[in-house]
Amino acid sequence: MAKLKGAEIILECLAREGVEVVFGVPGGANLPLYDYLRKYPQIRHVLVRHEQAAAHAADAYARVTGQVGVCFATSGPGATNLITGIANAQLDSVPMVCITGQVVSPNIGKDAFQETDMTGISLPVTKHNYLVMDGEDLAPVMREAFHIARTGRPGPVLVDVPRDIQQQEYEFHWPERVSLLGYKPTLDGHPTQIKKAARLINEAERPLIIAGHGVIIAGAEAELRQLAERAQIPVTTTLLGIGGFPAHHVLDLGMTGMHGMAWANLALVHCDVMVAIGMRMDDRVTGKTSAFASQATIIHIDIDPAEIGKNVRAHVPIVGDARHVLKALLKEVEHRTHAEWLAQFDTWRRDHPSIAIRETEEMLPTYVVREIYEATKGEAFVTTGVGQHQMWAAQFYRFVHSKRWVTSGGVGTMGFGLPAALGVQAAFPDAPVWVIDGDGSFQMTLQELATVAQEKMPIKVAILNNGFLGMVRQWQELFYDRNYAATPMFNPDYVKLAEAFGLAGRRVERKEDVRGAIEWAMETPGCVILDFAVAPEENVYPMIPSGATVHDMIEEPAPARIELPGRSKEETPAWPVPSTR
Amino acid sequence: MASPKHTLIALVEDRPGVLNRVASLFRRRGFNIQSLTVGPSEIPNLSRMTIVVDGVNTQVEQVSKQLYKVIDVVKVSELTEDESVVRELALVKVSTPPGARSEVIEITSIYRANIVDVAPDCLIVEVTGTEDKVEALIQLLRPYGIREIVRTGRTAMARGASRATPAEEATPGGRQVKHGVS
Repeated sequence: MAKLKGAEIILECLAREGVEVVFGVPGGANLPLYDYLRKYPQIRHVLVRHEQAAAHAADAYARVTGQVGVCFATSGPGATNLITGIANAQLDSVPMVCITGQVVSPNIGKDAFQETDMTGISLPVTKHNYLVMDGEDLAPVMREAFHIARTGRPGPVLVDVPRDIQQQEYEFHWPERVSLLGYKPTLDGHPTQIKKAARLINEAERPLIIAGHGVIIAGAEAELRQLAERAQIPVTTTLLGIGGFPAHHVLDLGMTGMHGMAWANLALVHCDVMVAIGMRMDDRVTGKTSAFASQATIIHIDIDPAEIGKNVRAHVPIVGDARHVLKALLKEVEHRTHAEWLAQFDTWRRDHPSIAIRETEEMLPTYVVREIYEATKGEAFVTTGVGQHQMWAAQFYRFVHSKRWVTSGGVGTMGFGLPAALGVQAAFPDAPVWVIDGDGSFQMTLQELATVAQEKMPIKVAILNNGFLGMVRQWQELFYDRNYAATPMFNPDYVKLAEAFGLAGRRVERKEDVRGAIEWAMETPGCVILDFAVAPEENVYPMIPSGATVHDMIEEPAPARIELPGRSKEETPAWPVPSTR
Repeated sequence: MASPKHTLIALVEDRPGVLNRVASLFRRRGFNIQSLTVGPSEIPNLSRMTIVVDGVNTQVEQVSKQLYKVIDVVKVSELTEDESVVRELALVKVSTPPGARSEVIEITSIYRANIVDVAPDCLIVEVTGTEDKVEALIQLLRPYGIREIVRTGRTAMARGASRATPAEEATPGGRQVKHGVS
């Protein structure tokens, strides 16, 4: 057996796992790793400007490819900067392996320069983690890390490697298989439970499917569609389930939850059988749990047994991989029509036009999203930050394909959009990638424009610029007596900013210029930033307030502008707005 | 009404950090640990933890599911009071004022406890039994003046042939990774 340096063993393992792209930043404690990268030309390294972006990019790469995303960071601040991104991947079940350099092993525990206890810090936000103190363990640990990250309910695994372990030579043995006593994910659902579920579905009068990220992770889109079509069950999705069922399908209800479609949320109240697939009953979906789907018998399918019964009681729990379980379920489910139930949705859609865009001279953010959707024919990859723009993108960009919608769900990480776009574009260099972002979110990670420029990635950025931390402002308006504390924001001149990075930019202030600007961005090679000066105080509707029920749903109010106390709408705002160019 | 106590037995891979992983899980999920004991099991490289938690059944079910998610946890089982042997050990340092020593020794022998250290003015009593028994002895010794108590917390085992080990998986097939501090 060949002897290899620890750093080489890590890279050899990455190569054998089929890793093509790594996102990271070098530093003192991971330099040996970077030193040997030259021997592995098949691994492309993307240098980001902040490690948070490395984690988000690896996360997004994993979401769109289904492969494990990989990122590198050095010890101390480099590694701690990954934490937000790791937490994000953990809550959204994204497979990721993070390799962090650590101070040399004799210095561990001595508060050495750039030492932080990474296995300790990352423990609550990783699926598993390792500190490798013997180089002989490197190959088995790497093998285990990838296995754990990608199987079962996927998640991030952190491998912390002291610099001296990277530098010393060890025998390299590639373990053919991984055997972990305490880790054996259940893939197939229990046959009795599946039969019970099928009987309920066959007997249901008002069935409803609520599909989550698990459908996409398991690659169960086709099975979901078959189930829905055969038994004529309408399908609503969670925020992360978007794309798992094709938009515009006659049975598609769109997103459910706090900002979900009114008819989808009404369906939750009225359904008699709910089939929840690969979703974890997040509070943004359920609202007040005691009132959630109160008339329904709930069939809950999830690969993670701990998700079943955690927030909402399941009448028929099925632990297993969504694809395996749906395949088995399909053998038992019979054809149904449910004409009356489906007709109900026509009424609800008519009475509650959740995504109608009102006619107005103003440039509404919803209008901008719809124009992007139409100009890109719904074929683009879309990443977002977190906030109002994210909800509008979720509502108005309709995804026919799976794995094109990349957003931060559970953790709700502002600043996710641009780094995520890096990951998507690295996976698909020629695909159209749009960042639909808010001015607040964008400013959290805009340093990555340098990475975009360096990598010459043709990412298109649409900033829905309302000069506010918009979602926070909306909550202040609705629940804090319009006290807009710390939400009005100064924005830089994004056109000049784009130019500073050698990129193209345009500010759009009139509704009639929206489509032209989008088309210009699509035609312009390279990265383009579009700064849309949208109506500043637009709210996201429908909205079910936190912890409330569908009966408390707030729908689009009359299109009157909401007056700020002591300021008319014509008055110049108290914060500077970039001039028209 | 006080939440009932539940005894969980977790068979875990004996890797550095495993205690931290389990303890951290309880803290972040907001579960209350009454006691936790850990020691090597009959299988090399596997340890067995006895964890006593408060809570209603659904919470305990959630605890055990969350425990299973810890990669190093091999098996979790709940023991019921009737079908298990539950023991705790306590050391009690009790004052023996002049004339009281023989009374203390008498109480100790009624409880089949041992005197493991004798000093001119105090004794150390070692008692093993259920928590009730340990508690009762402590109450009886209290009037003499208790200087120090240490208790191990509950450790438990299922009665009869059943054991808190997956039989077919009892032999660790995996290699033991020698991790460092974590």
